[in-house]
Amino acid sequence: MSTIKPIPLVLAGLSLLAAILLYAWDGQQTEAVVSRAVVEAGPLLLGALCGLLCERSGVINIGIEGTMLMSAFAGFFIASYSGVIWIGMLGGLAMSAVVGLFLAWTSVTLKQDQIIAGTIINIFALGFTSFYYVQGRTMPGVPRVAIPVLKDLPFVGPMLFDHGILTYSAMFIVVAVHLMLYRTRWGLRTRAIGEHPSAADTVGVNVITLRYRNVILGGLLAGVAGLHLLQSASSFQRGMTNGKGFIALAVMLFGRYRPFGAMGAALLFGLLGGIQAQLQFKQALDIPPQFFGMIPYLLTIIVLAAAGLAARPPAAAGTPYEGA
Amino acid sequence: MSRLLEMKGLTKRFGPVLACDNVDLKLDAGEIVGLLGENGAGKSTLVKMLFGIYEPDAGEIYFDGQLADIEGPGDAIAQGIGMVHQHFQLVPPLTVAENIMLGAEVVPEGGPGSVVGVMNMAAAEERVLELSKRFGLKVDPSAVVEDLPVGVQQRVEILKALNRGARLLILDEPTAVLTPKETDELLKVMRSLADTGVGIIFITHKLREVLAVTDRVTVLRNGKYIGSAETAESTQQSLAEMMVGRSVVLRVEKGTAHPGSSVLEVRDLRVRDDRGSAAVQGMSFDVREGEILGIAGVEGNGQRELVEAITGIRHSESGAILFGGIDMTNATPREVSEWGVAHIPENREKDGLVDNYSVADNMVLNTYFKEPFASRGIRVVDAIRKWASKLIEKFDVRPRTITSPVKSLSGGNKQKVIVARELSAENKLIVASQPTRGVDVGSIEFIHNQLVHQRDKGRAVLLVSAELDEILSLSDRVAVVYEGRVVAELDGATATREEIGLLMAGGSASEAAVS
Ligand SMILES: Nc1ncnc2c1ncn2[C@@H]1O[C@H](COP(=O)(O)OP(=O)(O)OP(=O)(O)O)[C@@H](O)[C@H]1O
Ligand SMILES: [Mg+2]
Repeated sequence: MSTIKPIPLVLAGLSLLAAILLYAWDGQQTEAVVSRAVVEAGPLLLGALCGLLCERSGVINIGIEGTMLMSAFAGFFIASYSGVIWIGMLGGLAMSAVVGLFLAWTSVTLKQDQIIAGTIINIFALGFTSFYYVQGRTMPGVPRVAIPVLKDLPFVGPMLFDHGILTYSAMFIVVAVHLMLYRTRWGLRTRAIGEHPSAADTVGVNVITLRYRNVILGGLLAGVAGLHLLQSASSFQRGMTNGKGFIALAVMLFGRYRPFGAMGAALLFGLLGGIQAQLQFKQALDIPPQFFGMIPYLLTIIVLAAAGLAARPPAAAGTPYEGA
Repeated sequence: MSRLLEMKGLTKRFGPVLACDNVDLKLDAGEIVGLLGENGAGKSTLVKMLFGIYEPDAGEIYFDGQLADIEGPGDAIAQGIGMVHQHFQLVPPLTVAENIMLGAEVVPEGGPGSVVGVMNMAAAEERVLELSKRFGLKVDPSAVVEDLPVGVQQRVEILKALNRGARLLILDEPTAVLTPKETDELLKVMRSLADTGVGIIFITHKLREVLAVTDRVTVLRNGKYIGSAETAESTQQSLAEMMVGRSVVLRVEKGTAHPGSSVLEVRDLRVRDDRGSAAVQGMSFDVREGEILGIAGVEGNGQRELVEAITGIRHSESGAILFGGIDMTNATPREVSEWGVAHIPENREKDGLVDNYSVADNMVLNTYFKEPFASRGIRVVDAIRKWASKLIEKFDVRPRTITSPVKSLSGGNKQKVIVARELSAENKLIVASQPTRGVDVGSIEFIHNQLVHQRDKGRAVLLVSAELDEILSLSDRVAVVYEGRVVAELDGATATREEIGLLMAGGSASEAAVS
């Protein structure tokens, strides 16, 4: 399960070496890029964990994009009208749980096609949030916490210890999901119902209830991802997810349906975003920013084509449970 | 011994099908009862009601003398009923210990871990080892299930039930996928379990096993309780007749073969399996008109890949496959079928049928695009229906309906649909892979006679079977395969069970001759 694999280790080593060299070459810029990379990775990672939880329990969730958007929308306006960011965030989470519940109901109870259910969520969310969008409102910011002393460490300080609370929460959640999935009773049952639900059913595990719980839990994670977008943008914009919910699916696949795999993949995508932002900001190269803006999407297509072949999805993903 | 179980008047209906009709079954502690019946007789349905998977429409279950209320498998397990299912209920990517513990995880009390349910896998593996020792079922707790041979997977299934403290064990066709040796081991384990007081309900189509291990048998036919008998007073013949309701010829009647020219020639064939390792490692043999060549061997010695290469489903690395002298190596399945090869595949659900299609549509899977079933690209539904109705009559597919989806049929009747389709077309070569797996005695007799009949009509038959009796009673010649090679070719008339058994296990031909 968690045996050490040489390839990721070598990759991590090489990245570290590259980071040190870059840091020696231009400390400030490198710090800006990696810090940005971690922030960019946050929503992708959370979205991927949403997809992972659902699919590991046998429900394909392609409605991550829409769930993120709904959560960001609710979070923004509730925070804006109440004037309290915590209430806004709770509102966003509640909204994403409702979206999760909808997906669970259509795919687990009604046994409808899960791709269609996810598509409905995406289309609905885009239309709904655009229609009810009100211009010119502001909301209180999501708190930012710089951890004293640690934040002043070179390189790792800005990378890990000077962020908004939702970025920390992403770091915490990925570790939690990993431990839960592989060490707990819930995790074992979750992995079982995504692979062979009747095997779980015939030993007394309630497949339906567990799928409901996990799809709603996944919705909540996508909700945190949506709020994370708010944290960075400080306000809601139409279609602000901008395909991140789909990139999250690529991140999930690239990470081979494993939490830490998803984290590695999210950081890779995040790094691209960080580099893009920095180049744009510096106007260092004479390359149109749109070109860099394109790279994550291009990479998504490549990842989906390549990793899709290699990653083995949970065997029962996409199939409603009909009983033993 | 005390009465463990009494089922009274159990009834279950699925739409128009009365799967169980007022069925009674009794079982004492420490007793092994064989539950027999044709395909679709209602055996699985009956035990699934006992295990809480189906809710009975009527009837009562007394367990330990008490009226039992079984709402679901969880209830059944809690009361001490364990079941090994006809289709394995194991999660392939999980380990043996994880599979055995699923639903009964070891979660230490107290501490922060117990709140979120942190498991103690070390203790779990310990427990599996202990169980495995106690019952003599050897397994490696940390092995991943999908890497294990089916025989070992079967042991894991049994341990799963025993781990939950089963006092009543239901085994639904546990031997259908086992090798002869694995079967013998399983029967021994069953006997020793019964000696410790466990009551066992054993469903099988193999009468040899019934006679070897059971104390008593109960027979169902068409959902009805037909009767019970003491095993000691039964013979294969008497049991078969009770099941089918008429006399059954257990021995295949066949005259001598009159082989003609070669229909299939396989030359130094090499094929890889799904994981990319060499499965068929240089096989050569011929099958001639009017003869049955039996390929004997323990499963997993390249038979599956061989059949898939011949029928065009799998790519051949090197070597040649010739049909009537024409090189058809790596031809497409359509080309192979159009040339005149009928295929009864090993995995009927996956390769032989479209589960959601009706029986009628499944009857024309290989001919739907041809006259008279299609005219200018449009299906002629009338012609398909007429043809299908004729076939289900001739091949005795039950229930007699051509419109229901094939997935609602019992295993044996699904197999009859394939046999009907494949043997009714004009063919030159018939490739039959495990053609009677999970099929009842009456249907086995029927399928065997059909294969002999095809041979007598001058067709070539390639029979692949892990069932020694089947190989011996049908084959004119026997090729024994071991590790992807043909290790011996024997004359079907003189080959013995012992000789083939030894060769299958990797013994040399000279050893086999001595024994
Ligand atoms: N879930 C179901 N829905 C509809 N019909 C069913 C269902 N399960 C079983 N049947 C029908 O009930 C009858 C009894 O089936 P059952 O599976 O109990 O037979 P069986 O005796 O176990 O046969 P086999 O030896 O082939 O396993 C069959 O006609 C089958 O088609
Ligand atoms: Mg059955």
